Amino acid sequence: MELIIRNIRKEFDRFAALHDVSLDIRSGELIALLGPSGSGKTTLLRLIAGLDFPTAGAILFGDQDASEKTVQERNVGFVFQHYALFRHMTVAENIGFGLKVRPRGLRPSPEQIRRRASELLELVQLPGLEKRYPSQLSGGQRQRVALARALAIEPKVLLLDEPFGALDAQVRRDLRRWLREIHEATGHTTVFVTHDQEEALELADRVVVMSQGRIEQVGTADDVYDKPRSPFVYGFIGDSSRLPVRIENGELWLHDRSIGISDIRAPNGSGTLFFRPQDVELVDGCSGCIAGTVVSSRRVEAMRRVELAIGGQHSLVEIELPIDHPAASRTRVAFRPRSWKLFPESTAPQAERVIESA
Amino acid sequence: MAKIRFREASIIPGFRLTFGFTIFYLSIIVIIPIIGIYIHTFQLDWDAFVRIVTGPRFLAALQLSFGASALAAMFNVVIGVLIAWVLTRYSFPGRRVLDAVVDLPFALPTAVAGISLTAIYAPSGVIGQFFAPLGIRIAYTPIGIWIALVFIGLPFVVRTVQPVLQDFDREVEEASATLGASRLTTIVQVLLPNLVPAILTGFALAFSRAVGEYGSVIFIAGNLPRQTEILPLLIVFRLEEFNYPAAAAIAAVMMTVSFIILLVINLIQAWSRRRFGHV
Repeated sequence: MELIIRNIRKEFDRFAALHDVSLDIRSGELIALLGPSGSGKTTLLRLIAGLDFPTAGAILFGDQDASEKTVQERNVGFVFQHYALFRHMTVAENIGFGLKVRPRGLRPSPEQIRRRASELLELVQLPGLEKRYPSQLSGGQRQRVALARALAIEPKVLLLDEPFGALDAQVRRDLRRWLREIHEATGHTTVFVTHDQEEALELADRVVVMSQGRIEQVGTADDVYDKPRSPFVYGFIGDSSRLPVRIENGELWLHDRSIGISDIRAPNGSGTLFFRPQDVELVDGCSGCIAGTVVSSRRVEAMRRVELAIGGQHSLVEIELPIDHPAASRTRVAFRPRSWKLFPESTAPQAERVIESA
Repeated sequence: MAKIRFREASIIPGFRLTFGFTIFYLSIIVIIPIIGIYIHTFQLDWDAFVRIVTGPRFLAALQLSFGASALAAMFNVVIGVLIAWVLTRYSFPGRRVLDAVVDLPFALPTAVAGISLTAIYAPSGVIGQFFAPLGIRIAYTPIGIWIALVFIGLPFVVRTVQPVLQDFDREVEEASATLGASRLTTIVQVLLPNLVPAILTGFALAFSRAVGEYGSVIFIAGNLPRQTEILPLLIVFRLEEFNYPAAAAIAAVMMTVSFIILLVINLIQAWSRRRFGHV
């Protein structure tokens, strides 16, 4: 089922949670809504489900306008962060609930419902747990049951709100792989909300990066990591360091010295230079580079991360060095980013004003 | 002597002290007075005891007391859940005032409540006058008793159900809706089963309070033997006759019946807690 979100606006008591959001989701796609808390990602998911109604705009399921339909009529599978299982029902009753409450003519027989519940338990790799109660299951098992319950109604779209947020890291990784497999097996159009970029980048076909009620960028994991379209996306996805710079005739200046980076397309004025800490080269002697004093250095997995104070402006940036690199013990380090991105100071982050390194 | 072992619930000290105090306190406040009642009853010989507890006046009062209390507690369950729902789910001007009003039956002296209710529901009263032409008498009938018992029992159900409803996870109701369940189905099949333990507690409290209620009922009941005479009143009559063993016998029967009913309710609760657990 194709999903079209058209100019959605949502206000809560005059506070706008979403400003004019539009998004096209292709049939069978696995989409991640990624953003910090308060970015509107859960609000958008709830609007798609019909748990809330938009202030303005429309939501289309295929060519049908779903905006006016109630949550019951929309036939969506929704998985909540805290499972929201019915604790007075067994696992099988939980999964069969959506079928049992159908109107008489459309309701499968109790025998069919039981069989469907067992099939779904098989799919979510929990065979034989039909008679257990939710309180007898672990967190990961509960979330699997919640997913089976959502899949039982053969939903048009599957919506997951921070589905792995309450689970520990190891279970999260397992369930992530497993959700991908289920998605490939069932082919449902799936939208999930997460604040965990690793989860979004690893799992989703496309990632929707949101901030303050707006969509910042929509793209594949490669797109949002390698070609961030706004300072927010650059800062939010992956590690990044930023430096305030001055642009004069295409040359980038830091305080009173040129840093050896130039772009003739950049307008004069100030801007912000972004680069990845792991994507720098160290240079000796500084003519056209960024030099700073080592403030701290710490071990991050296979690398050593060094924090530098740059110039007299007290800007702090981070760069990553190999563990055995002698520079880590020096007091002063000079480097040049291998790839970088310049966002000139402007009122709105516009794509054409973004300047990329070659 | 065999050593009785208690399973200590926690390594934090204090179990012996708190457990000892609990037993001591319950003994002097509850258990010893109750044992006294049974001891008094044994001053009667078996025939006298049987004569008292099979007398038509006693049986009528027994039926009235427990019947009216059960009906009042059931009614309070329905109305109490409704009031708890309104107080937790909606916000409207005056909600806090209404919330406080619920507790008034606790605060009011029961005799005052009884007299007020009698004045209102008597054939000439504010509400009673509308029923009198229809041939329905409220005050001085079992209906009046039932109304007094509803009045004094209401806060119990509201106050036990309210916090459970307040804490109920809204996402569970939303999950039910996304699965296609109508609002009514969600309330009946998802919400209400979770309220059952709290409702049972509220019912048990309202019921036991009603069985023991005296002050408000005697004013509105009319106290006609075998018609509107409740058991506590029968006990007072026996006391006024200085017939303490007979009073104790009636009390002992009342207490035994109440205890069995409360025990059954507790067992149902324990079962439901074991079954549903805490998610």
